[in-house]
Amino acid sequence: MSRMLAIIEREMRKFFRSPTLMIMSLMMPILQLVIMGNAFGGKIVGARVAVVDYDHGPQAVKLRESFDAIAANIKTFKTIEYSDEVQAREDVRTGRIDAAIVIPAQYSRRVYSQNAPQLGLVVDNSDQFTSGSLESEMQSLVAALTTPEIQPRLANSIALEIVELYPYVNYMKFLLPLTIALAMYISVMIGGGMLYIDDKARGVHEGYLVTPITRLELVFGMNIAGSIKAVLAGISLTVIGSLMAGLGVIFHPEALAELICLIIVTSIAFNGMMFLLMVRVDDPLVPRAMFGVLNTLLLYPSGGMYPISAFPRWLRAISVIDPFTYCVHGFKAILLKDGGFAAIQYDLWFLLIFGVGTLLIATPLFKRTL
Amino acid sequence: MMAKAKTTSETQGGPQPAILVENAVKRYGDFEAVKGVSFSVAAGEIFGLLGPNGAGKSTLIRMMTTLIPLTSGRAVVAGYDVAKDPDAVRRMIGVIPQALTSDPDLTIEENLSIYAKLYSVPRAQRTKNIQEVLEAVDLVKWRGAQVKTLSGGMRRRVEIARGLVHNPSIFFLDEPTTGLDPVSRIAVYEMLDKLRRTRHLTMLLTTHYMEEADKLCDRIAIVDHGTLVALGTPIELKHSVPGANVIEVHFDRETPEWRARLEALDGVTSVQAESAGFYRVLTSMGSKTTTQLVELAASLGETLTSLSVQNTTLDDVFVHYTGRQLRDELVKPPVFSLPPRPGAQP
Repeated sequence: MSRMLAIIEREMRKFFRSPTLMIMSLMMPILQLVIMGNAFGGKIVGARVAVVDYDHGPQAVKLRESFDAIAANIKTFKTIEYSDEVQAREDVRTGRIDAAIVIPAQYSRRVYSQNAPQLGLVVDNSDQFTSGSLESEMQSLVAALTTPEIQPRLANSIALEIVELYPYVNYMKFLLPLTIALAMYISVMIGGGMLYIDDKARGVHEGYLVTPITRLELVFGMNIAGSIKAVLAGISLTVIGSLMAGLGVIFHPEALAELICLIIVTSIAFNGMMFLLMVRVDDPLVPRAMFGVLNTLLLYPSGGMYPISAFPRWLRAISVIDPFTYCVHGFKAILLKDGGFAAIQYDLWFLLIFGVGTLLIATPLFKRTL
Repeated sequence: MMAKAKTTSETQGGPQPAILVENAVKRYGDFEAVKGVSFSVAAGEIFGLLGPNGAGKSTLIRMMTTLIPLTSGRAVVAGYDVAKDPDAVRRMIGVIPQALTSDPDLTIEENLSIYAKLYSVPRAQRTKNIQEVLEAVDLVKWRGAQVKTLSGGMRRRVEIARGLVHNPSIFFLDEPTTGLDPVSRIAVYEMLDKLRRTRHLTMLLTTHYMEEADKLCDRIAIVDHGTLVALGTPIELKHSVPGANVIEVHFDRETPEWRARLEALDGVTSVQAESAGFYRVLTSMGSKTTTQLVELAASLGETLTSLSVQNTTLDDVFVHYTGRQLRDELVKPPVFSLPPRPGAQP
């Protein structure tokens, strides 16, 4: 027991003696949260839309007035006058403008005669986000123009009433669970993976092997130390990230207890996984080459960025065994939904069994000799 | 704890050696790194293992210190069989591997404290032991310094202190002075000599520095190609080489006849050509051979650039038993060699 504590002591002293390492393993995920939280979920502002008017009738004027109202108020786009449809199409293709709307000749007459009036919208669909936003804006505008000025007394269309269970979740909040998981993963990757292999390569490990420390004491000492570091990273990121994203749930004692439980079992799961991957590795280049790919392999199937139900079947199979999936689900359940222990109990059990299981497989693989 | 293993000498009624190696073999696939080596080290003795790179010295030390298992044979350290009771062996030994194993981010004292805990040294004893070993290696005033801030010589002294923090009875040192400047090297060897005297340690060390092995070691074993080629006290080993003196002679020009002429002189047992016009002559009659050599050069009208006569050293013993080939080339055969060009002369 005292020998295991000596290993933990050594690891923790090293960790606290390296502030750069501590700051980097915390700052990078926070930076990622800030950049991704602000990069995603924003609204399109100031897109350039060409207007090619072959009609010049009263309905065309009404349409252009609507465009001016959008440019002056929500500012999604501003219009530029074009006289030639071919030139407008070419400019959309070359990126000078973002879209072009074509008002055909006889448009006003067709509107008045209710004879299938049409408008043309040319968009650059290589940028799906911009083209999607402009399409949606134009659809709303066309729907508003189509609505009869005198509404029927009894509504004859089906209305869908949407009830949102939770307050508005912006991208900063949405990405926070993934960011906490990432910070803990980075901590395990550096503290449990790279440092372990570097110690082996430098010969520090050899120094341990000539002492009477047992295999179990060494394995548990290193893994407990790794888990403590990951727990510290998890708690720090949860507090800092929640404050940045404006989530007050961390001030509720019950939610805090749930978060700490989730952070502890996630640390055990990540450490167990990392130790199993690294237990027979000697070359310090291997973990460095492995971690970039492993990051993608674990992060994207977790459902932290895109819903798992949208994945193909093989990718869903990866997400079932990916500890990130349960970690992210658990953090979402607590931070965004305040779901209580009932919402995370399955995640807690999976992560605990996964962590203990991987450690049980890795321990006999750990070599007590060189 | 397992019972102590009985050694051959013990069964014959003699004193139990501190280290006993019997027919130790280590194989890696088809490659045999150690081929049936046997020797013993008496308690309180300093025993040197010499040999070229890749000779099997480190493999032998690693087998004795439980770091790698023996393929066959037996090693008994401090009375315990390394294969049957490795933990008992580990408690009795201190090991300084070739690599620096102290943690560079921790202070000297923290390193020593953690290793003392790994050996389960009780708290009160721990403080006392750390103070004693720091005094022994003259690092008391540096106890709070991080290891990464120390010079190479000081780091080696930290390693020695680390290996002694649990008061072992047997100390293994694998090339403890590699990479050190001559002053630091001498300091380390003087320290080891002092430790042997004050702590009554048995030491087994490997080194490339013959002069220091000569001064420090009671007995020396020369290992080559995984076998023990010579074993004895430094004096015994020197006497085992034919020729009591070594004459180093440098002529101003090289002629093919010189080797035959030198071999024909009285008392000469061996002639080694070192470079163009430079020869090492081993002889059993130093003064007579020297006189004849000078007379021969004068009669032929040749000029001697330099001439020195010295007693046989461990260097001569080493070269005599291991040859002069570069071992790195032999140990690691080339992975790929170009096929001969068509029509090229062999």
